[in-house]
Amino acid sequence: MIELLKGFMNGLFQPAIALTLTIVLVSALYKFRRVVTQNKLVASLVVASPLLFFFVSAFDENFWIQFKRPDNIPIAAMMFLVVFFTWFALKLAVDNDDRIRDGRPPKEAEPEEEEKVFVWPDLVYSELLCLLLVSILLVVWSILIPAPLEEPANPQLTPNPSKAPWYFLGLQEILVYFDPWLAGVIIPTFIVIGLMAIPYLDTNPKGNGYYTFEERRSEIFLFQFGFIVLWVFLVFEGTFLRGPNWNFYGPYEFWDPHKLVPLTNVQLSEFIWARWLGIGLPSFWLVREFFGIVLMLVYFIALPVWLASSFLRKYFEQMGLFRYVIFSHLLLWMVLIPIKMYLRWTVNLKYFVAIPEFLFNI
Amino acid sequence: MAEAEAQKAAGTAPAAGGTNRREFLASFPFVTTAWVAFTGALAGVGAASLRFLYPNVLYEPPQQFKIGLPTDFQVGEVSTGFKDRFGVWVVRNEEGFYALITVCTHLGCTPNWLATENKFKCPCHGSGFYTSGINFEGPAPRPLERAAISLADDGQISVDKSQKYLFEKGGWDDPNSFLPFSA
Repeated sequence: MIELLKGFMNGLFQPAIALTLTIVLVSALYKFRRVVTQNKLVASLVVASPLLFFFVSAFDENFWIQFKRPDNIPIAAMMFLVVFFTWFALKLAVDNDDRIRDGRPPKEAEPEEEEKVFVWPDLVYSELLCLLLVSILLVVWSILIPAPLEEPANPQLTPNPSKAPWYFLGLQEILVYFDPWLAGVIIPTFIVIGLMAIPYLDTNPKGNGYYTFEERRSEIFLFQFGFIVLWVFLVFEGTFLRGPNWNFYGPYEFWDPHKLVPLTNVQLSEFIWARWLGIGLPSFWLVREFFGIVLMLVYFIALPVWLASSFLRKYFEQMGLFRYVIFSHLLLWMVLIPIKMYLRWTVNLKYFVAIPEFLFNI
Repeated sequence: MAEAEAQKAAGTAPAAGGTNRREFLASFPFVTTAWVAFTGALAGVGAASLRFLYPNVLYEPPQQFKIGLPTDFQVGEVSTGFKDRFGVWVVRNEEGFYALITVCTHLGCTPNWLATENKFKCPCHGSGFYTSGINFEGPAPRPLERAAISLADDGQISVDKSQKYLFEKGGWDDPNSFLPFSA
């Protein structure tokens, strides 16, 4: 019975299913925000769900092996913190949405909340307390759980699996699906520039200084999609689900370095020329990659034009051409990541455009 | 006369050449000197840093080395013994030998040879390569690189890593990238 359940859970954590589930759960959290924040039982279950998951899973010896690694303990803690603070912000937002609907100002604008406090002693005092508490926590932690130091580095011996520091595991996961110049240079640059560009692209003053969801539905969901699905989930996946040879392992599966996963990645050009048209690959790269290049041009040039007159019409009218072009391209790059992941997991697609002659692959 | 005495005492009396100490000090180009010294120091630091990029001793494995007699290798075997010392795998197939460089073409990790699965597998992002070096799984965009391989005068196989042969550039058709076996 328990084995069956574990097998089922391992199945749920297959990457395509787990990513879909994460998107569904995040959507459900916002869709059913009233129940999630106002029903005490549901609220406790949601907030405690990461704790429950890690506590119950720790009884499984294979999970325990990965969980107790000193590197992974903060990730488990982070899962709890992310769920708790997402829920907490949602609760404050729902409270404010109710107040705004009743015609009252948000809680943050109430006179008693407007009261100002002094830097000295109020702020400095609490900062000192935080400093002391965090120092104690870090000292106790470092004594109880020694740092995972390893033998001196050997360039000829790469640890298997070889993992980046936890905060880069999301990027390392993206590297599995994209060429290094995209996943290692372009996409991180876009993430940083995109985050910096938010105040210039999104000039709507609603939600400034107070929590709300209903006034900023799509913006909050878009941000949470980027943060929870494309960053936190990928960190979780890289920590607990990626094992030797960078294969996927279920949370209760033994990390067998000889696990054989038959994967033969196929380029888009091979799909089209060899499988569908039934003729061999043309030797000249421009002809060979013609369909992939057209697809990418449609995705990055025609699609924003079409979106401007349909789903993103409101944004196009608010932003004007220049800011809309930046916004839509940042959005399309963000969405391309899960699209590419799904295609890799389902049909083993490797690259849309693969021109190794010039080291150009998308 | 008293005035001249006072000037003498203060050290400001005109010297034999016509300038006193105050005039000399006032005419000395302090700012220019400071800038020259600063630029000189900066140039010195820059030169020292550049010099630092070229160490006196470099502990690098040799680029050209001998790996033994052709008869030492068994057909179908991937020799992993040279990985630590030289950074190559030597593969012996039916026809002969080739040397694959142990650097993943995705991001440069060192893949492992998995004898049971008959493939090279990179532990960083999961790229997989056939025995030939052709990439077939994971994100690696191109096959592993081959090193120049030839027969030395003493009958041993000699590998030269400074010459690389890339599949996508047609390099594997080059006779230097493959050593046919001749007993």
